[in-house]
Amino acid sequence: MYGKKVKLRLLFLSFIFLIIALSVFLILKSLEENVVYFISPTEIKNLPEIDSTKRIRVGGMVKEETIKLNQNQISFVITDFKNEINVTYSGAIPNLFSEGKGVVAEGFLNDRSFFNAKKILAKHDENYMPPEVKEALEKNK
Amino acid sequence: MISSYLGYYSLILGFIISIILLIYSIFCFRNNNEKINQNIYSILFLQFFTVVISFISLVYSFVFSDFSNQTVYNNSHTTKPLFYKITGTWGNHEGSLLLWLLVLTLFIFLFIIFSKKQTTKYRLLSVFFQQIIIIGFFLFLLLTSNPFNFLFPIPKEGLGLNPILQDPALAIHPPILYLGYVGSSIIFSASLASLVQNNINSEWAKHIKKWIQTAWFFLTIGILLGSIWAYYELGWGGFWFWDPVENVSLMPWLCLTALLHTIIVLEKRHLLKSWTLILSIATFTLSMSGTFLVRSGILNSVHTFANDPERGIFILLFLFFLIILSLILFFIYQDKEDIAQKKFFIISKETSLLINNWFMMYFLSVVLIGTTYPIFLEVIINEKISIGPPFFNKLIIPFLGFFLIFMAIGPKFNWIKDNFKRIKYSRVFIFFICILISFYLINKSSSEILFTSVIGGAALYLLFTTIKEFSEKRSNISQTISHFGFGLFILSILFNSLFSSEFSANMKIGQEITYNNEQIKFLNIETFDKENYKSVKASFEIIDKKNNSISFYPEIRIYNQPNILTSEADIISTIFFDKFIVINLLKGEEIFNVRYQTKPFMIWIWISTCLISLGGILGVFKR
Repeated sequence: MYGKKVKLRLLFLSFIFLIIALSVFLILKSLEENVVYFISPTEIKNLPEIDSTKRIRVGGMVKEETIKLNQNQISFVITDFKNEINVTYSGAIPNLFSEGKGVVAEGFLNDRSFFNAKKILAKHDENYMPPEVKEALEKNK
Repeated sequence: MISSYLGYYSLILGFIISIILLIYSIFCFRNNNEKINQNIYSILFLQFFTVVISFISLVYSFVFSDFSNQTVYNNSHTTKPLFYKITGTWGNHEGSLLLWLLVLTLFIFLFIIFSKKQTTKYRLLSVFFQQIIIIGFFLFLLLTSNPFNFLFPIPKEGLGLNPILQDPALAIHPPILYLGYVGSSIIFSASLASLVQNNINSEWAKHIKKWIQTAWFFLTIGILLGSIWAYYELGWGGFWFWDPVENVSLMPWLCLTALLHTIIVLEKRHLLKSWTLILSIATFTLSMSGTFLVRSGILNSVHTFANDPERGIFILLFLFFLIILSLILFFIYQDKEDIAQKKFFIISKETSLLINNWFMMYFLSVVLIGTTYPIFLEVIINEKISIGPPFFNKLIIPFLGFFLIFMAIGPKFNWIKDNFKRIKYSRVFIFFICILISFYLINKSSSEILFTSVIGGAALYLLFTTIKEFSEKRSNISQTISHFGFGLFILSILFNSLFSSEFSANMKIGQEITYNNEQIKFLNIETFDKENYKSVKASFEIIDKKNNSISFYPEIRIYNQPNILTSEADIISTIFFDKFIVINLLKGEEIFNVRYQTKPFMIWIWISTCLISLGGILGVFKR
């Protein structure tokens, strides 16, 4: 039979293997749960079903004349010039958020035309357009 | 004009010198001389000097707003304050690469001076490998990102520097971070040299440890500065967002931290040679891939100065070349570890240091997957996703408890062989007391109380253990300070995230809101004209339940060139908490979006990180 040393080493190796397998499983599992997909308003219209527990990002332009304010809430419309979606949000708003500018909102869908945003993403400068938004807009031109 | 010529030709001269050095170092290596040729020193200094000249001429062009230089035109403006004209030199792609090159040549010069005790051949080989990296960067600068391109006709005015980069913390963040990155390049070259020379031993470990500690110190401080900047400038009130560009700097840090611990095993026990090598190669590779990801425009952020695919491809090819080179060397020269002679027992200091490595590798793979997965997914199936903080928090936080406990008891073990019988019951007792204390402190505020109490308790336990160690004679002061700092760090983060409160509203001037027993008054706004921006300063008064009033003056700056708005938060820091107000413009100038936050123990997060890095630098100066 194998010596004690070999057995110990085998045990150690299988232990290592087990740990690696476990951590890979853990990482992949939570990857699956925590991925946030980017969807344009048009894609939302075409979604087969609405999962209101799944966090998503919606991007496009803030439609002109649609920002409405009250003390705790702001609402506006995101458009990709083909379809649009109503967004409500309460919280801090980045500096470059304004009508006619690109925006990315992260949050949950209530239904096909109402989106409840938890976060509005900051942009870094005037010319910067989130690449997702750019592409979504180009698709619909 | 003249300064651009001077800078450019000086760069070319430096490039030629590098090639000479590359050949000359091999020539000297073949010659088998006992002593190192004095010429090497002179040539290395000359190389450093040419890059300094080049760098100074770029600074000169920035200071005197020489818009015939394209880099200056793209990133500067006459009305910009002098300080930001100077720091703007490395606030752009070309300039920051020149800075990188400057640090590279400086480090190899310092390395050759401070390695006199090592063998001549090893030193020459280190110079050789470092020159390969330096030549790569010279080529990169000259071919794809020349900082001295001419513009004709000469523009009257420049485009200006992105205002959020006009900030003192961000002015010194890149140089410090580069010292860390480039420090890892020296470790890489030295490891390869010592691999080829087959002298990976305790002596070498002792010598390279200083360089690892230096690089680690600068990398830690560099990350800290970036984090502080993000805290007060981006206005979200957090200090770490798990943003890809942040992760990219964290990955080499994790790898370097693992190396920092492994090198001790190599020094004391002459074990883990190959693993040390792999870690040195990996650290440098991660630093380079970080540069690649950030510079190529794959990750969008403040760091992306220009999306030029050519640059990305160049770095990628260079990176592959270095990895393949080091792998080939590794397989040719790899020295079989003589395991039979070395006894490795499960319960020993070696194991405890290895456990650190295990944790580091786990954290590293989490961050690596979380950062690169979206990129791969986009390339392969064109699906756009993002991975936010929950992913990282969920995978990292549950392991912190164990990690902290191992950090507390690990250093207590003896080398070679130890046993559990030495563990005193009092230690276990203290540990449970710690958990009880943290349970009591956290009690009301968390939904997952048991979980957070264990982490808090483990952090407290680490604090107590390290405090006790300070009084012991044979303790290792730099290790103790770093571990103490880390315990404090986790504890501050824990309390910070548990007890933070946040409130935001859209307010008009003169409006009052009551929130959590605090009265928030928006008094008025004033506008000022500053050198290169218009400032809108609001004044707020916050009255707490004890009728103390605090005034806040958050500000919005409207920069003229480029035309960008930035919010300057007003932060009142005390030793227990930070109070943070930031405002944003909404719909003309009537309504402001106000965000008011209370962040407990914020300052302790910065202090503890300083303590962690202090341990590193103390290690360098320890005899």
